[in-house]
Amino acid sequence: MDFIIEKSVLIVSVFGITLVMAMYSTWLERKFAAFLQDRLGPNRAGIFGLLQPFADAGKMFFKEEFIPNHSEKFLFIAGPGIAMFTACMTSAVIPWGPDFEAFGRTISLQISDINIGILYIMGFLSLGVYGIMIGGWASNNKYSLFSAIRASSQMISYELAMGIIIITIVMMTGSLSLRNIVQEQSGALYNITALKGLNWNIFYQPLAFIIFMTCALAECNRAPFDLAECETELIGGYHTEYSSMKLGFYLFAEYINMFISSTVIATIFFGGYNFPGMQLIENSALLTVMCVAVLFLKIIFFIMLFMWIRWTLPRFRYDQLMHLGWKSLIPLAIINMLITGAVILAT
Amino acid sequence: MNQIAPLIIQAGLVLGFVVVTLFGTFFLSKIFGTSRHSKVKDENFECGIENQGDARFPVSVKYFLVAILFVLFDVEVIFFYPYAVNFKEMGVEGFLALLMFVSLFLTGFYYVIKKGALDWSNK
Repeated sequence: MDFIIEKSVLIVSVFGITLVMAMYSTWLERKFAAFLQDRLGPNRAGIFGLLQPFADAGKMFFKEEFIPNHSEKFLFIAGPGIAMFTACMTSAVIPWGPDFEAFGRTISLQISDINIGILYIMGFLSLGVYGIMIGGWASNNKYSLFSAIRASSQMISYELAMGIIIITIVMMTGSLSLRNIVQEQSGALYNITALKGLNWNIFYQPLAFIIFMTCALAECNRAPFDLAECETELIGGYHTEYSSMKLGFYLFAEYINMFISSTVIATIFFGGYNFPGMQLIENSALLTVMCVAVLFLKIIFFIMLFMWIRWTLPRFRYDQLMHLGWKSLIPLAIINMLITGAVILAT
Repeated sequence: MNQIAPLIIQAGLVLGFVVVTLFGTFFLSKIFGTSRHSKVKDENFECGIENQGDARFPVSVKYFLVAILFVLFDVEVIFFYPYAVNFKEMGVEGFLALLMFVSLFLTGFYYVIKKGALDWSNK
């Protein structure tokens, strides 16, 4: 019973944090865009516009619920629901911090340590395609349909390279569990004692990181791969016909996916909650707090990197996108995997 | 069991949130919100001009081809996972077997590319 209560508290807080992170990502995106374009950005609701996400959410709730005549009603409503559901489920296998002792028991900051953790994330990422595809098709709008087809085709293409990169990481760790992958990275980098806590996979797999980052951008439909919603060709993309909270769910799901992608990148390449000097902290409660804070700093860094890339690079053309995914990233990922295997066996 | 129960709780929570919010706003806006309908407003959006048919038409077969190829190659990629987990125990012999499998994979891949299945630009 204690176990269920403990996990329920963790689940509710992770869900809440996910929603808050997604809300404030929208704020950060607007502020960051404003900063890069020498504007002020939202600054009316609260100091620095900090209440802007609440104002936006409130507005979403009170907008008119509109369903076009020729749309499939049930699927039209189900689409954003599926997108939101799959986006929120991925946070379950991420270790947010090390175990700590409290109330006479060991508490783990991971909702569920299933031994196929990273496959679970990949699985829900793939299911995310359905939300977009169903919503786009059910709208019965030509732009939505094109956008949905583009998005699905792009997401499945980049999933291949992403899968191969994850195989490389699994070969180094010997486990699919994210908990083990993070613990593996707590050691000393290149066996130098001074670099303890820095044994991050990025130092062994820089190419894998670049490929994974590219795939993550494509999976989240972010610029420069946002062909699913390029305004000049497709009006609004797959959510052209949506209004009210259903539109809000699509936007929210996108930001949650960005948050989860940043978390996965931070977890499998940048040591998760590990940081140099963490062995010096004796107090287990303090250590946990610092570890969670460090992980969130890394996540926010990657969210900002996503935004930075968005305002730096122009959009790809569709044939270039497919060319990059199939003809460059997949062969590169396979070569990377083979070299990793050979090097591990040689040493 | 200990690992599956939290997943079920989370799925229940998220599903509850999604359903309550979606249908909640749906009914609340029906009751409190304005809801005006007209023949023109209820049409699907299409650049502001009159609609030409609906969006139930065949699209380029390239997208379908990509989906088929994805299924093919993804199944092959999935076969790498059990190997990758046991990679260190299987040693050099396992690695040679992997090389053979990868060469088969790449042969298929090369064939697909040479056939032009992934060429998107018109020549």
